[in-house]
Amino acid sequence: MKYKIDFQTYSDALKTNRLLGLKCTSCGAVTCPPKMVCQECAGTEQETIELSGKGEIKTFTTTYIASLGRQVEVPYTVIMVALEEGPWISGNLNEMDPKKVTMDIIGRKVTLGHKVFPGDLYSSNEAARPVFSFC
Amino acid sequence: MRRVAVIGGGHTRFVTHSPNTSLELLAEASMDAIANSNISPKDIQAINCGNVLGEFTDGQGMIQSYLADDIGCNHVPATRFEGACATGTIAVRDAAIQVAAGVYDIMLVAGVEKATAMDTPLATRTFAMFSDSRYENPAGFTFPAVFAMLCHLYASHYDIPLETLKEQMAQVSVQSHYYGARNPNAQFQKELTVEKVLNGPMVTTPLQLMDCCPFTDGAAAVILASEEMARKLTDTPVWIAGTGQASSGHLASQSRYLPRIRARELSVKQAYKMAGIGPEDVDICELHDCFSIASIIAAESLGFAEFGKAGQLWETGETKIDGKIPINISGGLKSKGHPIGATGVSQVYEVSRQLRGDLADQGRQVDGAKVGLVDTLGGDGVIVNLVLKRD
Repeated sequence: MKYKIDFQTYSDALKTNRLLGLKCTSCGAVTCPPKMVCQECAGTEQETIELSGKGEIKTFTTTYIASLGRQVEVPYTVIMVALEEGPWISGNLNEMDPKKVTMDIIGRKVTLGHKVFPGDLYSSNEAARPVFSFC
Repeated sequence: MRRVAVIGGGHTRFVTHSPNTSLELLAEASMDAIANSNISPKDIQAINCGNVLGEFTDGQGMIQSYLADDIGCNHVPATRFEGACATGTIAVRDAAIQVAAGVYDIMLVAGVEKATAMDTPLATRTFAMFSDSRYENPAGFTFPAVFAMLCHLYASHYDIPLETLKEQMAQVSVQSHYYGARNPNAQFQKELTVEKVLNGPMVTTPLQLMDCCPFTDGAAAVILASEEMARKLTDTPVWIAGTGQASSGHLASQSRYLPRIRARELSVKQAYKMAGIGPEDVDICELHDCFSIASIIAAESLGFAEFGKAGQLWETGETKIDGKIPINISGGLKSKGHPIGATGVSQVYEVSRQLRGDLADQGRQVDGAKVGLVDTLGGDGVIVNLVLKRD
């Protein structure tokens, strides 16, 4: 069985600031990022949809100790966003000095952009990643 | 299914920068386990081995086969397990199932890691491999970052001021170091203060250095035996009375339940049901305190506190040796150390010793402990629970 949206397809779309997901034709749930089957009911009948890319920050952290090769990026802020369509996705936060980010950002509305992680010695490919800005 | 017992164990000291190779640490703990179980290597019918990062730390794969050969368990089946930080417990659970099913009568389970052979950036990178490489790692996920996000979510979800939660978390680390200072196998045998925890360097907000377990070198091993063999070999068998295991996907995909970890609730329910007990019956628990907030979240999933309230257990001393539910009297991952492939085996070793009453000399014995619980979390995905009991 083939993926309806494989990572390459998801990543290529994200490079044009389009967020792809799957809508289950059985239960109606939206799965984003995509999986082989529906996140809620494991159904295999799903249609590709484009999500709004808008949502609300649920949690965050500002990282000071990074992985090998990423040290130049610190400090940086990682967030989890509840999308308007339901699912949560992870990404980074743009615009704000990471050192000044506090719990006050929880609940703020954000909209999707992207950056490309070029990959490292241990990753198979480059990967587009969501980077959010305040609405 | 047959009853299965832990009949003995071995444990190297957990350290920073061991002069030994992973294989040497593994063989050392294994031979100690064999010796104090009153058996010889030739009695071992199969080996389950936990090792996560041997390729990175020693340039050594397939360590299980070299272990079998080095300790004279020649040609027995030897299998390596990988479940991130839960690796060792998965290996124990699988061995328990095999002995219970009658496939083998005596098995060695041994785990090792030599994480400090890597520098911090590489170690951080390898631990980040347990996040989703497609949808998490590109954003710069590190393992502390996962629990840091859980921590902010926990404070927000239960409406607890972050300062209050941070003080409770500091108490978790202080208690771990108190008992670690009394454990000769612990990596850090030094007490801490709340002030020192709260003044430590920031790793990833809101987690400071002393909220985080260390990178560690070390090994642990246990011998599992069928009831018939155990009765012949020891007067103090510790029974594996219940086991549970569950899995989950990347953190954001767990949104429906967060900050609760659904897989843990499912896993421990299996273990409690199989053992015919509930959380109120547990006398001693070793749980997966990779970060201070992780202890608080775990204690709630395991049924020791209401959701959003487990920080109070540490605040009021209920997790101490004479408290309502003694937790991590070994020093836990924070102070004893966290050599990831060995951690679960070390937890089983510790709880077994508590149930045998072996720890009075160290001032860490929970009086009269009869039922113990092991809780190990790999990434934020793989969870294993074991209920241990003595007669």
